[in-house]
Amino acid sequence: MAILEIRNVTRRFGELNAVDDVSLAIEAGEFFTLLGPSGCGKTTLLRMIAGFDEPDEGALFLDGQPLAGIPPERRPVHTVFQSYALFPHMTVAENVAFPLQMVRLADDEIRRRLRETLDLVHLADKAGQYPHELSGGQKQRVALARGLINRPRLLLLDEPLGALDAKLREQMERELIALQREVGITFVFVTHSQQEALALSHRIAVMNAGRVEQVDVPERLYGFPKNRFVADFIGTINLIEVAVAAADAHHLRLTAPGLGDIFAPPLAGIRAGERGAFALRPEQVRVLSSKAAADLKNHFPGQVRDYLYLGDVTVYKVALENGAVLEALEANAAPGCAKFHEIGDVVDVGWRHDAGLYLPG
Amino acid sequence: MRRGPWLWAAALAVYAFLYMPLAVVVLFSFNDSTLNAEWVGFTTRWYGKLLDDDEMLRAAGNSLGIALAASAVATLLGTMAGIAMHRWQSGSLRLLPFLVLTPVAMPEILLGVSLLIFFRQVLDLTLGLFSILAAHVTFSIGFVAIIVRARLAGMDESIFEAARDLGASPWQTFRRVTLPLILPGVLAGFLMSFTLSIDDFVITFFVAGVGVSTLPLQIYSMIKVAVTPEVNAVSTLLMALTLTMIALASRLAPDLLKARQQ
Repeated sequence: MAILEIRNVTRRFGELNAVDDVSLAIEAGEFFTLLGPSGCGKTTLLRMIAGFDEPDEGALFLDGQPLAGIPPERRPVHTVFQSYALFPHMTVAENVAFPLQMVRLADDEIRRRLRETLDLVHLADKAGQYPHELSGGQKQRVALARGLINRPRLLLLDEPLGALDAKLREQMERELIALQREVGITFVFVTHSQQEALALSHRIAVMNAGRVEQVDVPERLYGFPKNRFVADFIGTINLIEVAVAAADAHHLRLTAPGLGDIFAPPLAGIRAGERGAFALRPEQVRVLSSKAAADLKNHFPGQVRDYLYLGDVTVYKVALENGAVLEALEANAAPGCAKFHEIGDVVDVGWRHDAGLYLPG
Repeated sequence: MRRGPWLWAAALAVYAFLYMPLAVVVLFSFNDSTLNAEWVGFTTRWYGKLLDDDEMLRAAGNSLGIALAASAVATLLGTMAGIAMHRWQSGSLRLLPFLVLTPVAMPEILLGVSLLIFFRQVLDLTLGLFSILAAHVTFSIGFVAIIVRARLAGMDESIFEAARDLGASPWQTFRRVTLPLILPGVLAGFLMSFTLSIDDFVITFFVAGVGVSTLPLQIYSMIKVAVTPEVNAVSTLLMALTLTMIALASRLAPDLLKARQQ
């Protein structure tokens, strides 16, 4: 049985459906992420789980029990806030012990759990310090420790890494994964960063305009997005407008106006004549001299429009004959070879017959 | 910009204008002469004489008692009003700031007259200590509310949500988180109320009735005869008390005395 079930939940603010008929089931022990652009309803959904807001329609169930009408302090659900929300007048130890004092645990039990939890987040030496004396990463760990110490059924994390710089964020991502594995508590993580979501989650729900677009494990979300929104939001993707020319069990033959035929992996329920988009990740596109490209089933002539040299990789933009621009990512792995093509070079772009994906509609 | 000598001279002139009269009062409270005319010699006998003046001591006792009680009540109500004003900025409590802050902006004489009419005609109250107390609470609440709200306005709202989220009831959240964080503001509000109450003349004059006196009323009735050195002495003491309170209040809530904040 799911630890948290969200059943047909709708929340309106005036005319706007901030959360629109959302149903999700989150399993015990899962690292579950709500991912979407700002204003997609992910924070509203989180606030309803925490108890700061109630749905207009639908219901939430924690361990099968309805949550309606239960105030935040009586829900076994704790939150790590975006701003950390540490109590500025309390030390690290007082902050972290706060939830235990609220449930009136015995003093020696509080001390034992406090030590254990501070050790868990490597803050034992900071117990006596005040929040304003800590760095961003340390505040982050205090907020985590405070959320975890009373072993909630769910830990909600509202964009907790947003305020950290890139290097620290990557370190905190690794720590979060390890921490979640160690404590075994179900995490519900909210973020607008697809990179964070992919790195951290067991499963991701992609939200847009109050609705859930797709729920899946990171690899499938990246590899098999269900629609244009998900394809475009997760990572970078090339979308080419196409019509289906032929469909059978082995492949799809797509026609791109002004370009020609594209062969794509088969997809159930697709009929010839319908229109959609062919989606291709930049790392699946090869930029080659015309001779070498002939080996690939799909290949088209083009011209290098510009490139971005990023050190480990170079991202090329190649204009095709029909005006479409494809992004291609080439690894700079060969020794001494930083980039292969210059702006204006006439090249061929190509990809394997089993690369890419047809998106209906 | 370089500060020229003229700027210094102007500043000195302004400060002299503001503080010379006060300095004269303090100086002559130590003057060994019954006349406020020329310096004769140093004495503290006027202060000694104050202690023998029963009427003066009774007035001082009234003033202190009223100031303590009025600021305590005003602090309690003003703190609640300040929190309410911060939390409910829309809906039916939208008008609260207007109601709470009006007595602050109202001319004192108007407040004095209307309170007098209200106490006598509407409540049929016998004027005395209680009516003074009620009047002082009325004009102090607004000051406390402003200070408390200003303190809350600078805070991260999610702190209070975090407390609830981590298991604190609304009351525990107030006790453990909200109150400690606004406490400097609450204390500053108390000191402010105390200062306002202890030297209020106009409103107290209207609502005091017969036979009950406070320090400012007592001083006023004394200078109707003549400005004696005793008046200087009691004024000096009142001044010292007020300045101490203001200094304490501004230490507790430093933004209080600053014209520009953020």
